[in-house]
Amino acid sequence: MSLLDLRQRSGHLFLVVMLGHILLISAQVNSTSGVPVLEAVTFSLMSEVQRAASSAVSGALHVWSGYIGLRHLKDENDVLKREIAAAQIAVQEQRALADRTLGLQRLLALRNSLNLRTEAVEIIGGAANPDFRTVTVNKGTNNGVRADMAVLAPAGVVGRVVTPSLRAAKVQLLVDRNAAAGAIVERSRAQGVVVGASDERLQMEYVSEVFDVLVGDIVVTSGIDGIYPRGFVIGRVESVEKSGGAYRRIVVKPAVNFSGLEEVLVVTSPTPAREPTDGVSE
Amino acid sequence: MKVAGVILAVAVALVLQTTLARYAIRASSSVDLVLVVVVYVALTSGAATGLLSGTFAGLVQDALSSHVIGIGGLSKTLVGFLAGVIGTQFIVAQPLPRFIVFFGATVLHAVVFMGLYVLLDLRHFGSPAAAVAGQALGNAIVGVVAFQFVEVLPGAIERRRVSRMRRRR
Repeated sequence: MSLLDLRQRSGHLFLVVMLGHILLISAQVNSTSGVPVLEAVTFSLMSEVQRAASSAVSGALHVWSGYIGLRHLKDENDVLKREIAAAQIAVQEQRALADRTLGLQRLLALRNSLNLRTEAVEIIGGAANPDFRTVTVNKGTNNGVRADMAVLAPAGVVGRVVTPSLRAAKVQLLVDRNAAAGAIVERSRAQGVVVGASDERLQMEYVSEVFDVLVGDIVVTSGIDGIYPRGFVIGRVESVEKSGGAYRRIVVKPAVNFSGLEEVLVVTSPTPAREPTDGVSE
Repeated sequence: MKVAGVILAVAVALVLQTTLARYAIRASSSVDLVLVVVVYVALTSGAATGLLSGTFAGLVQDALSSHVIGIGGLSKTLVGFLAGVIGTQFIVAQPLPRFIVFFGATVLHAVVFMGLYVLLDLRHFGSPAAAVAGQALGNAIVGVVAFQFVEVLPGAIERRRVSRMRRRR
């Protein structure tokens, strides 16, 4: 573009010249902050450009990340669901662990309160045959567990060891039909024999009608059998009936919940048999 | 040729302005001969020439004034451009329109010039209205006189030359 053409376009020329003047002035004048106006204006303009560019890039990145995030949302959701499920399982495990800890604490308290030698064992299995009410514990003869040793729980009497092996033992529960234990009614001191019955109940036999036995009375071990130490709770009298003979028909509800057993104590110290007292027969 | 004439006119105006300022400070503040030249050139030669002459004159004036170079140039460029536009768009051939154009151009120049200085916090002018008005009046008078002088001078010279020839016969 020649000078003549430029002069014919006076508007363009005017703008160019004015811009040149502005630049010239700006190069010489400092702003209030001490920075040359040209630099300040240039920086301000450039900063706005940078701001716009940054906003554009950020917006693009945001949109892109949102798109990517949307794409991976399902996978992330599945992962989170799995994590939640795992967490729920972990919570249940922790809760079970807490319950187990509480049970162990109670067991430890029982152990400390006893003057007997005991071995804490964990129930690792149940009966192979539903007609037998037995459980398997994780310790055997290697740990001093022998046959006919009493097995106790914090709530009361559990049963006795019937078949020990080196590293495990079978425990016959008191509710098994073949189980029996010398018992005594704590309030009236009426003695008898507690045997297993149906429906997780015990039956106290050989209790003379002479003795006063009421529903709700606590039945404890008498110790005359030479297996169970004396004074441990067997259960509570649930019903008392006349059987037509010289004895009463007494149903005892066990103190121990046999379905919820986890850890128990095996009494490893010998339990001397006590002489039977009045009203007790085997 | 026109460029040389513009440069010469500006140079003469600057010399006169500086000479006047040396001997009559008050009078020098009442007229801006350089601005008069710029407006004159713009009215007679158009917007492009006006703005270029304003740029040149203003920059030279700025350079000689030890001020920020460009403020006077910008002001005179704007004035030269607008005066040129007015000169091409309107008939400015009578003393009164010329007076108005010179007066307005001076006011606009003062507003832009002082406004830029104040805006950039480089100088304060107090209450310049009276001074601006006085300068506008002086510029307008000088400008109108200059126009009349330039327009009348060739005819007067021709008439004088013709009358001399008649007397010789």
